[in-house]
Amino acid sequence: MFGKLVPVPSGSMIPDRDIDKKPILECINLGITFGGLKAVEDFNLTIGRTEIAGLIGPNGAGKTTVFNLLTKVYQPTTGTILLGGKDTHSMNTMQVNRAGIARTFQNIRLFQKLSVEDNVKVGMDANMKYNMWSGIFRLPGYWHEEKTAHERAMELLSLFNMTDLADVTAGSLPYGAQRRLEIVRALATNPSLLLLDEPAAGMNPSETAELMENIRKIRDTFQIAVLLIEHDMNLVMNICEGICVLNFGRVIAKGSPEDIQSNPAVIEAYLGKKKEA
Amino acid sequence: MTFLNFLISGISLGSIYAIIALGYTMVYGIAKMLNFAHGDVIMVGAYICFYAVSRFDLPPLAGVILAMLVCTVLGMVVERLAYKPLRQAPSLAVLITAIGVSYFLQNMALLLWSSNPKVFPGFFVSASGDTGVELFGGELKISYVTLFTILICIVIMLALTWFTGRTKMGKAMRACSEDKGAAQLMGINVDATISMTFAIGSGLAAIAGVLLCSAYPTLVPTTGSMPGIKAFTAAVFGGIGSIPGAFLGGLLLGIIEIFAKAYISTQLSDAVVFAVLIIVLLVKPAGLLGKQIREKV
Repeated sequence: MFGKLVPVPSGSMIPDRDIDKKPILECINLGITFGGLKAVEDFNLTIGRTEIAGLIGPNGAGKTTVFNLLTKVYQPTTGTILLGGKDTHSMNTMQVNRAGIARTFQNIRLFQKLSVEDNVKVGMDANMKYNMWSGIFRLPGYWHEEKTAHERAMELLSLFNMTDLADVTAGSLPYGAQRRLEIVRALATNPSLLLLDEPAAGMNPSETAELMENIRKIRDTFQIAVLLIEHDMNLVMNICEGICVLNFGRVIAKGSPEDIQSNPAVIEAYLGKKKEA
Repeated sequence: MTFLNFLISGISLGSIYAIIALGYTMVYGIAKMLNFAHGDVIMVGAYICFYAVSRFDLPPLAGVILAMLVCTVLGMVVERLAYKPLRQAPSLAVLITAIGVSYFLQNMALLLWSSNPKVFPGFFVSASGDTGVELFGGELKISYVTLFTILICIVIMLALTWFTGRTKMGKAMRACSEDKGAAQLMGINVDATISMTFAIGSGLAAIAGVLLCSAYPTLVPTTGSMPGIKAFTAAVFGGIGSIPGAFLGGLLLGIIEIFAKAYISTQLSDAVVFAVLIIVLLVKPAGLLGKQIREKV
């Protein structure tokens, strides 16, 4: 499953199986300043079509800020984001999602009062084509689209063994199921790049193992790219092909898991400088 | 039998409050703002219907539909021009803007239609000229306006429950009311959803305006303000942000008001209504069906 990382002209590396395809994401000199504080600076990253990539770094390094830049929650101060080769500069959050980036959240942000199925259907909103009038007067278009949406929602839920929870209120799900539902909801928007913000946070080792399987399954089933932020090094080193390490808003290392593990700058960022003997 | 008579007029008045309260509660649920101009949209709707029917001789139904169209557009325009630029502003600024819009609409009506009271035509008359049905040998008289008001309220309630529960727009509305940021990240068009909420609320306000003026036929530019405030009270009473709460609050408020008028004092009826509101809010601060919001710390 692991692709060998090969360099691309932009200076980054992507798995060799994706080399003939246009990368799904290219960040070029991305940066954002909050009132003089450079939260992220000169961020360059290329992600292949079907790559599982990791974004790691100590707390406060700017990882979630990168996600917020990619999804246009923040407008970048400098730099360019190319999504499938298309500049997202003029897009807002909603348009970026419709163009193919979906995400989950560090703190779960499900629609708590909606049922599990409705949460998934909210993700499908943009792909359901009927107008208000067919909705009010229940015209054939409404029934057809709702039926398709129901089937698709059930199909997605079945991937994560959640079909029997379809009618449960999202807020009352156990923690692990809420995390899974967030991923299903993101997948429902039909993304080509899935951003996972600390998907394993609060999970026990067996749940984490299941999550790893699921992330691989998502990539293989939907043939999409995944970029994840994670503190669980076991997970990152096991499933990520390319890893990007961020510290104080700057990229300090990029490469395969082996490269990262032996990189002195990374070790220093995590453990501190070695005392000179 | 008089008790039953009062109860029915209470339900009828309450139905009108409920329809108006829906506009408040839906807008609050989604945009988290109090649209105090909502009452004046009712007045505009009533005027449009009045002119369409009395001056241009349109059939009543066409007048109502025209009023709904005008109010729907008015609601969307007000949202676009007055509230959308303030999406990120503190809620106090939005509140004051809403009061400003309310005065603007009242004064515009004054300018366009003068302060002379208009007598709203009675639509609800049968072919033989009856205005209602008599039961129990004339002891219980129910006017057609009353019947229609209650009926329309029920239809609206069912339709709206369906709409918010079963259609993608309704789900988008509920998603936005919980977390606009997350909704946007899931590809929901939040601006369009807010605009649609205003459109639905204002369209319903037009219906409420026609029903209100059919029951109380004097139409002046300030016609909407008092029912607007009462309906806002009803929305808070039922739990603002909750659609069933708006219906329950509206109905109860109407019934309490009529009973207070009948059995306590006509002058004190409003005082009684608001006293009940205060008591309910002391016991249940989030309203009858409202949920306590846990503040994040």
